[in-house]
Amino acid sequence: MTAHGTTSPAGTNLDPWYHHYAARAAGLSASEVRALFAVASRPEVVSLAGGMPFVSALPADLIRASFDRVMTESGPQALQYGSGQGTPALREHILEVMALEGIRGGVDDVVVTTGSQQGLDLVTKLFIDPGDVVLAEAPSYVGAIGVFRSYQAEISHVTLDDDGLVPEALRERIAELTAAGKRIKFLYTIPNFHNPAGVTLTWQRRIEILEICRENDILVLEDNPYGLLYFDGPPPQAMRSVEEDGVIYLGSFSKTLAPGFRIGWMLAPHAIREKLILANESAILSPSSFSQFVVSEYLSTADWKGQIEVFRGVYRDRRDAMLGALDDHFPELTWTVPDGGFYVWLTLPSALDSKAMLPRAVKELVAYTPGTAFFADGGGRRQIRLSFCYPTPEAIRLGIRRLATVVDGELELLDAFVPRAQSPEHTDSRARSEKVAGPPPNIH
Amino acid sequence: MTGSPPTRVVVLAGGISHERDVSLRSGRRVADSLAEHGITVTMRDPDASLLGYLVENRPDVVWPALHGASGEDGALRALLGYLGIPYVGSTPAAARLAWDKPTAKELVRRAGVSTPDWITLPRETFRELGTASVLETVADALSMPVVVKPAQGGSAQGVTIVTDAADLPRAMVDAYTYGDVVLIERRVVGTEIAVGIIDSGDGAVALPAVEIEPVSGVYSFEARYNAGETRFFTPARIADEVAARAASAAVRAHEALGLRHLSRVDLVVDAAGEPQFLEANVLPGLTETSLLPLALEAAGHDLGWVYEALARAAIADGAPAR
Repeated sequence: MTAHGTTSPAGTNLDPWYHHYAARAAGLSASEVRALFAVASRPEVVSLAGGMPFVSALPADLIRASFDRVMTESGPQALQYGSGQGTPALREHILEVMALEGIRGGVDDVVVTTGSQQGLDLVTKLFIDPGDVVLAEAPSYVGAIGVFRSYQAEISHVTLDDDGLVPEALRERIAELTAAGKRIKFLYTIPNFHNPAGVTLTWQRRIEILEICRENDILVLEDNPYGLLYFDGPPPQAMRSVEEDGVIYLGSFSKTLAPGFRIGWMLAPHAIREKLILANESAILSPSSFSQFVVSEYLSTADWKGQIEVFRGVYRDRRDAMLGALDDHFPELTWTVPDGGFYVWLTLPSALDSKAMLPRAVKELVAYTPGTAFFADGGGRRQIRLSFCYPTPEAIRLGIRRLATVVDGELELLDAFVPRAQSPEHTDSRARSEKVAGPPPNIH
Repeated sequence: MTGSPPTRVVVLAGGISHERDVSLRSGRRVADSLAEHGITVTMRDPDASLLGYLVENRPDVVWPALHGASGEDGALRALLGYLGIPYVGSTPAAARLAWDKPTAKELVRRAGVSTPDWITLPRETFRELGTASVLETVADALSMPVVVKPAQGGSAQGVTIVTDAADLPRAMVDAYTYGDVVLIERRVVGTEIAVGIIDSGDGAVALPAVEIEPVSGVYSFEARYNAGETRFFTPARIADEVAARAASAAVRAHEALGLRHLSRVDLVVDAAGEPQFLEANVLPGLTETSLLPLALEAAGHDLGWVYEALARAAIADGAPAR
């Protein structure tokens, strides 16, 4: 028996607005890799994928006390719209925080944002026309790549090593792009405890890179969410500490306090700052007044420097657990050794493809972020980012043990099917297959 | 309509399969549709507390919207049966047969429905006989193009269409990454259709066939779950007699596998107008972009009404543990 159906000669694609989307919306789509990350939220799975701060190390009473005082003393103002630049009180506190990394600035040069992610968006909106070039480390933060793409920037990666961005490679890349008639707008860099690579830019290189950018009229966008989360000693001072006119600095309370407040900031040269304030008002009217009041109160009354020291201890233990487990299970592989932050960057055997291996990892109840997420040009197949910030040391050791099983299984499979001459390093048979690639997962 | 009306339904969605994300989407859609009909719906992500919760709360019926192993391989259904809690969908035994694609193909072929030639290859086969000789034999026997897919699982995960035999090894690796048994099937080029089957107590009814035309040419994961990436035609742009044959083939497949309540049978209509069975889905996708809801709406059905009718049928049918 057949039920009676309706006829639609043109068919339907289930989205009547499909042909109305802006070109910059290309790539905003569900992907198989992104769907696999849904499993990472299950308690059985050890997730080494996400960059979630371990907020349980923040005493709830500290925050509750700040909440109570804000509501008692400033309730109506905290619940009201605010200024597009942020409250003066919070901006004063932000100057104190930045001073710890050698940055001196005026309170009027700070613009509070909804997380530093929004700062990234505003700067990109302000400077990028379609086709303009953004220079970024290879690899670079997946969330930044997403923003740059959404404004149709051309992302050009520059080599990174254990000491951070390589100045000579930067110089060469600028020369190549300039010769090709490209317009380079800014260099995006994460100098401290890089996401995803875990490395830190040396002081000498900071100076050299600033000189190169100055010589070539290239603005530097310095993103520093992890600088205060050092383990063995503070990193070199911020690039903004020695260069005021050519650097826009992005800071955040997401890692040193909690991401739920969604409070970040920008410190920008005066002229740029004026435009950023207008752009911020245009985008969101004002950052959350309530969050700003609570964060200000916390910074006024709590031992916030002591709390950062607590976070350092937690993350140091977890970093040590991860490095120890990697030593135990991957004696033949290489990885970066971070002095702070959240991430280790692991390089797999040349035959392996970190993205293709992810389903096997999910089956073995361990999740990671494939290296391809951190490149705009298809790089990173051999790398994976391992986050040690959220799981306990025991879970980290279990996760790395499972990952070793995954790598062994995948290697055995590749040995059987794909001769070394056809490994991803040499050729990519996938390019000839009919698979549809999705965008990188939005894992921060 | 049979069975007493359900008042309390537990929708199971999520789980730890590769299809967790799709399952959550399906589950929410089912829950919303039932809730619009005044039914009290609770969504649960199955975990160690689930069985105890069900024993304690004894819902009228469980709706397993769990794609992937736990929802489709029959195990959870058997446990629900032993707990005496009615559930929507096929029995454990039937689910297990349909879940394994090679087994389903064989049973449906025996029932007289055409299916593309295939070979099933456990990982051990290559260990014993050597990769090169096995793949060479397969490539010669089936000839390109072929479809390589994990023997179990859905949403096109791990599936590759291989047009050049040189790409076969990489496709095998991608499929084995999802599971230890792989199916290689001769690719039949034609009109891809899906026929939804609904049986709420009055016999299996084939819904109008939905024709699938992906923009990229391949009905990949991305084409399935991004609105706009596939054009659907309901009913399919095929001759009436072909549509009738496809409906008949789908019902035969549903019955040959012993499925109940709902299923989706995927077919390809070849150049000669012959419907060829590809696979049967015990728990078809029920998301915003899924085929079964599309067919139901095209046939003029209200989703909530149909889902409620299926819940009633589940109550009437009891809780088989086999």
